[in-house]
Amino acid sequence: MSARNLALFAAVAALYVLTGFMNSWNTSLSILNFALLATIAAMGVNMQWGYAGLFSVGTMGFTALGGLAVVLVSARPNVENWQAGGLGILLALVLGALSVAAAIVAWRLLPRGRVRSLSVAAILIGGFFLFRAIFDPNVAAVEAVNPQFAGNLGGLGLPSLVAWPVGGLLAAAVAWAIGKTALGLRSDYLAIATLGIAEIIVSVIKNEDWLARGVKNVTQLPRPWPVPLEVDLQQQPGFLAFVADWGWNPVAASTIVVKLLYAGLFILVLGAIIWAFERALNSPWGRMMRAIRDNEVAAAAMGKDVTRRHLQVFILGSAVIGFAGAMATSMEGALTPGSYQPLRFTFLIWVMVIVGGSGNNWGTVLGGLLVGWLYFAVEFLGPNIMGLVTAGLPDGALKAHLVGSAENIRLLTLGVILLLVLRFSPRGLIPEK
Amino acid sequence: MDLLNALVAFLNFVFIPGLAYGAQLALGALGVTLIYGILRFSNFAHGDTMAFGTMVTILVTWALQGAGVTFGPLPTALLALPVGIAATAAFVLATDRVVYRFYRRQKASPTIVVIVSLGVMFVMNGIVRLIIGVNDQNFADGARFVISAQEFREATGLAEPLAIRTTQAVTVVTAVIVVALLFWFLQKTRTGKSMRAFSDNEDLALLSGINPDRVVAVTWLIAAALATIAGVLYGLDKSFKPFTYFQLLLPIFAAAIVGGLGSPLGAIAGGFVIAFSELLLTNAWKKIVTYALPESMAPDGLLQLMSTDYKFAVSFTILIIVLLFMPTGLFKGKSL
Repeated sequence: MSARNLALFAAVAALYVLTGFMNSWNTSLSILNFALLATIAAMGVNMQWGYAGLFSVGTMGFTALGGLAVVLVSARPNVENWQAGGLGILLALVLGALSVAAAIVAWRLLPRGRVRSLSVAAILIGGFFLFRAIFDPNVAAVEAVNPQFAGNLGGLGLPSLVAWPVGGLLAAAVAWAIGKTALGLRSDYLAIATLGIAEIIVSVIKNEDWLARGVKNVTQLPRPWPVPLEVDLQQQPGFLAFVADWGWNPVAASTIVVKLLYAGLFILVLGAIIWAFERALNSPWGRMMRAIRDNEVAAAAMGKDVTRRHLQVFILGSAVIGFAGAMATSMEGALTPGSYQPLRFTFLIWVMVIVGGSGNNWGTVLGGLLVGWLYFAVEFLGPNIMGLVTAGLPDGALKAHLVGSAENIRLLTLGVILLLVLRFSPRGLIPEK
Repeated sequence: MDLLNALVAFLNFVFIPGLAYGAQLALGALGVTLIYGILRFSNFAHGDTMAFGTMVTILVTWALQGAGVTFGPLPTALLALPVGIAATAAFVLATDRVVYRFYRRQKASPTIVVIVSLGVMFVMNGIVRLIIGVNDQNFADGARFVISAQEFREATGLAEPLAIRTTQAVTVVTAVIVVALLFWFLQKTRTGKSMRAFSDNEDLALLSGINPDRVVAVTWLIAAALATIAGVLYGLDKSFKPFTYFQLLLPIFAAAIVGGLGSPLGAIAGGFVIAFSELLLTNAWKKIVTYALPESMAPDGLLQLMSTDYKFAVSFTILIIVLLFMPTGLFKGKSL
């Protein structure tokens, strides 16, 4: 790594340290944790856009799928709800999937013509009504059991760490289905299609109460393995003695320790991903991907299967995003579908990739940590800046409104940064070699 | 069995709302399709352009209401609309000058310009939220109904009421006028013809002495006007919330693509296809079917194919089906 890049990383590190001294280490660490998670998601986006040139803006959907996986894997099981209709729901889902598969098979096998169109339509419509006939009563039965505290099937009660790869797998499976239909499309069509998919995934999680309680949220998800609960930590004699030795407040110190442990976990994961991605990018596979990105026709002429490779990289990138989404839900300890906003979970990640330097893994890491800091720092800097700007104004409704909506500055800031980088440094802070 | 009441219920719950919503989508899709046809990129900032224009209109409406000016039975926002259009036009022309022109001169790839439009979307979204906030704003005033449910019931003696809201009538009438003006402009005026020529074949148009800067500026002006009108009509009919306008991007693009990107006629058809599919699939048919069938066959459930929460899935599915089986859309836009 060149001296310039090291200096850039040092500057970003200084931002976090400065936040620690000026504001509080608690704030600095929570920004760092969110930024690390966003950076991991950005690695996935960089794989899709930077390596392969796929313009997919469905990041939010895959993040949400990762979050859903945490509920399905590590929440405690709701046995009564399962008994009320869990198997019926599974049966309905399997039948629904089978009828879609049957329709695809019919489409492939039957000769072109009216018979084919009619039979495919008949399979789909019949399958839909069969699905609803089994699905609806079972869903009603499940949601009727204990709706205040459960009303959903619950999870398997497995450790949180298991949920992370499952989140990746779930995202990969959905990415496969999307990729099969949408990847052949032109770039801006793919963008619209993935934008729509993300909205649909989030609205499914919001509305299917049997799955993850919808907007009623699932809370109290278990912590991943090495991270203890703050209250437990405050009971430990060893910890208390250690804290007393240094003269710290045990409550404040416990939150810091928890955040440090999370940061350590995320850095481990990020490190593993960087290592794997660097190897992949510098292997024949990485060169092939870039060749496809730069000239699809030429790559196809060299015998490369462009569609297959696009599908592959789309699935891999989505899996990484799903993994990051699962970690985020694990850290927050709750799945709150209402909090999935495209601005934060899709476009913020894109800004990270483009600012950092698309196609370059280290660039993405730098962009992720820098833009992540900016995004969350605006929350506490914003009102201060707005207070300064409006200092000359007389107190009143206008001033209160401006100071109150200061949080929205972050959108403006992000947009302006994106436009400036695209205009004056389109290859990002650390350009691709 | 009561077919007349079934028909009235159908008109009330599906046809009239669909007509208004379709007109709003069509106006939005016209803007998208014009920009695509002439500037050759998919403008992701269009939803937020609509939000910006609507915001200005709302602010002027409030000022007018504060000064005691109203528009009789019609919404005051119609009086404020020209100011909203002017402000939006000024804003998008400035954006073009500062942002897009650079990429046009460079002949940057459409994908890059789309990402640039994402940046513009952020900026506009931020400005709108900064000025008017993130909450719902209801700014419709004037008479609430053209035909109210009670009047209709008294006049016809039918059990099922039919209500036409003023905002729905205003939407449809305004949309008809705007579309007629637009087509007249594109077909008959010199500038309109040069725009079509530019869209058909840029090189040939340049060769024949058409001034590209003028064509681009006029396109932005029209797009700004269409976006503001569509946004204000949608806001009057439902309500104004910045995030909803961002989400409108999906049905609007679906409408433009279904009709064929670059084809104005297609955009209008696409708008109605999307609006009616959404309503037909998410409507609870129980009431209508109960009227239409003999009593012994009355249904138990709501007969709703899909919950309204999944209305985006409808636009999305139609979009995918059209793209897979008819990539140029219904009206042969330029897809490739």
